[in-house]
Amino acid sequence: MYDGAKIIPGLIIFVVLSTFAIWYGAGDAKQVPKPEKPVGYTNCVKPTDFMRQSHMTLLNQWRDEVIREGKREQVEAGGKMYEKSLQNGCMHCHTSKEKFCDVCHSYASVTPYCWDCHMSAKKIKGLEEAI
Amino acid sequence: MDNKRRKFLKIAGLSAIAGIGAPAALNMLMKGNVQASSPHGHGDDHGGGHEEAKGHGAHHGEVKQGKRYGLVIDVHKFNQTPGLAQKCISACHDTFNVPDIGNKKDEVKWIWEEPYTHAFPEHSHYKRNTELHHLSFLVTCNHCDDPPCVRACPTQATFKNEDGIVMMDFHRCIGCRFCMAACPYGSRSFNWRDPRGMKDGKPFIKKVNPEFPTRMRGVVEKCNFCAGLLKKGLLPKCVEATGDTKAMVFGDLNDPASEVSKVLKSHFTIQRKPALGTKPSVFYII
Ligand code: SF4
Ligand code: SF4
Repeated sequence: MYDGAKIIPGLIIFVVLSTFAIWYGAGDAKQVPKPEKPVGYTNCVKPTDFMRQSHMTLLNQWRDEVIREGKREQVEAGGKMYEKSLQNGCMHCHTSKEKFCDVCHSYASVTPYCWDCHMSAKKIKGLEEAI
Repeated sequence: MDNKRRKFLKIAGLSAIAGIGAPAALNMLMKGNVQASSPHGHGDDHGGGHEEAKGHGAHHGEVKQGKRYGLVIDVHKFNQTPGLAQKCISACHDTFNVPDIGNKKDEVKWIWEEPYTHAFPEHSHYKRNTELHHLSFLVTCNHCDDPPCVRACPTQATFKNEDGIVMMDFHRCIGCRFCMAACPYGSRSFNWRDPRGMKDGKPFIKKVNPEFPTRMRGVVEKCNFCAGLLKKGLLPKCVEATGDTKAMVFGDLNDPASEVSKVLKSHFTIQRKPALGTKPSVFYII
């Protein structure tokens, strides 16, 4: 083989570089995220499994019901009533976006645009402190 | 030979055009192009399929059944009570986190004051008693019965709800501003700036109401008649702010027993630009 001395190291470098993403994280399995659960509440409006997978679907459904169909009645969970609302419902218990929502969202590398308009308590404080 | 081919091509071309065009034309004829040109329809189908019923307000045209929220503004009471209009404006803007951008060009407003000649251009004439020309008028979205903004919106971000309120689903607004071009009252504002931003260290939203979201840049907003509060049995914030001055009366226009219907029956009222046929639900006692 001509130029074997150059081609083979070249190939090795190429393979190493192109699989960089795989071996860089190897052996260093990221911790599964542990969002902080609200204290003093035992029931969410839906079972945990459902919420884990489909909370966004439920939020969209609530949005359409509340805004479009005017169905603003509250939902029941564990004997308590909650508003169908992100800011006034979910975040009534899950008070910290940073310790709950963001934990999984950053792990899954998603940036939902809820927060373009809806506010976490911290954001509200931040906006107010700017005064 | 050449002549024949020419003829053949002509006929083939014509029949192709006819073939493509005919079904579309037929379709249009059959549907009567309902969406865009129904003579007194909703302009949208969200209205809940209300049937046409007897008239309301200045228009004795047909009006849908069901709830039809409306507002009567007594201009004299407002002008007898200095500062009342401002109180209404703050009550609204503070509730809905409406940013105060601080310049006319980027201004965002849900309810504001206009001089007579701007609010009622078609009622203005030089010989009108001068008192009127010095008064200012609270104006807001008229929650028109036949809202042009709803027809214009390509995404149905703006729609009429079952209570006759012209609502906005901010999630869905793409910021095309068709609705702003369509609204003859300037009731809609566009967020040119990020409403959460600030200028010279002063945030656009002075006091945040944690129960309502803000908007984002590139979204249109306007008054929603406090749809959420109404469902809880409360009055709109501006009406609440007038206290018992009775400067604003709010209620169901389709309910003859409601206070607003009684006020409308017993007073001479005008609407803004009634000739346009939008059938505003906001009335003025002047
Ligand atoms: S006043 Fe303007 S924004 Fe309000 S319903 Fe009428 S056309 Fe739409
Ligand atoms: S700016 Fe938003 S609400 Fe207005 S017409 Fe466009 S999508 Fe609809």
